[in-house]
Amino acid sequence: MRNGKRETRNAKRAAAMSVAKHVPVVSPQPISALDYMPRPELEQLQLHRLQAVIKRVWERVPLFRTRMNERRLAPEDIVSLADVAKLPFTVKTDLRDTYPFGLFASPMEDVVRLHASSGTTGKPIVVAYTQNDLDTWASVMARAMVCCGLQKGDILQNAFGYGLFTGGLGYHYGAERVGATVIPISGGNTERQIMIMCDFGVTAICCTPTYLLHLVDRAESMGVDLRKLGMRFGMFGAEPWTEAMRRRMEAATGIKAHDLYGLSEIIGPGVSTECYCQDGLHILEDHFLAEIIDPESGEVLPDGAEGELVVTTLTKEAFPMIRYRTRDITSLIIGSCPCGRTLRRMRRVGQRSDDMLIIRGVNIFPSQVESVLLDMEGTLPHYQIILTRDHGLDQMEVQVEVTAQMFSDSVSAIEGLREKLANAMERVLQIRVLITLVEPRTIQRSEGKAKRVFDRRLS
Amino acid sequence: MKITQLCVFAENKPGHMVAPCRLLAEAGLNIRALLLADTSRFGIMRLIVTDPQQAAKILETAGFVVKPTDVLAVEVADQPGGLAKVLEALEGTSINIEYMYAFPFGREGKAVLIFRFDNTDAAIQQLQSAGINLVGSQEL
Repeated sequence: MRNGKRETRNAKRAAAMSVAKHVPVVSPQPISALDYMPRPELEQLQLHRLQAVIKRVWERVPLFRTRMNERRLAPEDIVSLADVAKLPFTVKTDLRDTYPFGLFASPMEDVVRLHASSGTTGKPIVVAYTQNDLDTWASVMARAMVCCGLQKGDILQNAFGYGLFTGGLGYHYGAERVGATVIPISGGNTERQIMIMCDFGVTAICCTPTYLLHLVDRAESMGVDLRKLGMRFGMFGAEPWTEAMRRRMEAATGIKAHDLYGLSEIIGPGVSTECYCQDGLHILEDHFLAEIIDPESGEVLPDGAEGELVVTTLTKEAFPMIRYRTRDITSLIIGSCPCGRTLRRMRRVGQRSDDMLIIRGVNIFPSQVESVLLDMEGTLPHYQIILTRDHGLDQMEVQVEVTAQMFSDSVSAIEGLREKLANAMERVLQIRVLITLVEPRTIQRSEGKAKRVFDRRLS
Repeated sequence: MKITQLCVFAENKPGHMVAPCRLLAEAGLNIRALLLADTSRFGIMRLIVTDPQQAAKILETAGFVVKPTDVLAVEVADQPGGLAKVLEALEGTSINIEYMYAFPFGREGKAVLIFRFDNTDAAIQQLQSAGINLVGSQEL
């Protein structure tokens, strides 16, 4: 009974909200002026900034200085943008090895904020911001979000997690800088999220793509049609997602779904973003110098070639990164964008070089499996992925340890749960997955990096 | 009136039933009745034991997933038509039997059947008003 009442109430609310799409007043956005800088000017600015940041890390960060000395490089040797290729790479293990504060280039009293990424190996990666860095971050996020269509007058539901993770606060300050209204709802509590979307007249949303799909599912069961709300667009990131997922997200919500890319090591969200063309992500090049390299040889690849994205921060004070290897595979797009921005574009990141699985030609990430389990169960059960080959066809099995919450005395209830999990997996992964429930504590635990994937296709 | 049945998750593999049974044996708990529901991939052991609370605690401590469920122990005449009489008492109601199994001991020409109904309370009412005897956990 109670559920029935709630459904009716939500349906009424949805009907009421569908009356007028809230369209903010269009005003010129001087915030974006830097996106249209002529290339020669931009490259001059990049070079000046590159020289300054190299000098800064050489003077202040022992690791960078040692590595440059080993190559007999001094800051004065950087006289052109191409000279960046002479510099050593920085990799994720460098950040772990110097945990927690070893790569900071500002004294602690100038650091006003710390963030940390959830590492799978126990210790997280810690990143630092001075007040100027926070200003830089807010300004690149503001430009990135304007690029996606955010304006003063928009009401943004920020469903990224607030906390050590850079997502929540990155979007928060960027949107405030634009002058939009931010709802700092953070992640989780899905029914309340949907109620607020209806009641507050939300016009834009940001979250992970998986969470949006979860919102769609829940809204459906509450009798709320998200397409009838006033939402115009959304900004999504923090996990790889596909074009197919974008189409499904857009069809189910009636919004334009934009990819907004970033990583904590560089600044958080705000490194690059799609414009209304949704054809590649404009890199905020006055702050981030991008290269594409061959992940094997480390050679710089020409524009258009696919390889690993390497980023140098040009303006960061507390945590500058020199030639940081992102592990993300992409390419730089040749040619200009119809939107008029002079900032070069990168292709959407569909894969990371270190953890992608290719199953029947489909790219699968363990993180996608994880997010489905997390969405369905609320907490992450122990699981492992087993790949086998049967008559030349790849099979993917996800073994999940049964929890008291999933277990029932009825076979049909458990089979129903398996079916629901398999369907949710298929929606996200686009392949059919066999779900097997196993007894608790039978999946091996590990102190270090959890080994989740067992590929038995070749043996 | 209600009897507590314990359900234990087990993978459908050789040897997977031994461990919970051994644990109960070591604690001196007797399994009075048991039904194994199996699918190709997993099984559910449904147990009626002498002390369900203690049994659940022991099994959970050992890492098993245990779910207590309310079932009814129904006494029927151990002769043709005994079960039919129980089912007839439920005819015309919306009460559904999820599953049932026989209790191996009866007394004085009676047999005891364990029923899992979708609506246990409604079933109690219906069976009692039809004069059917429900066996309590003490008697079992």
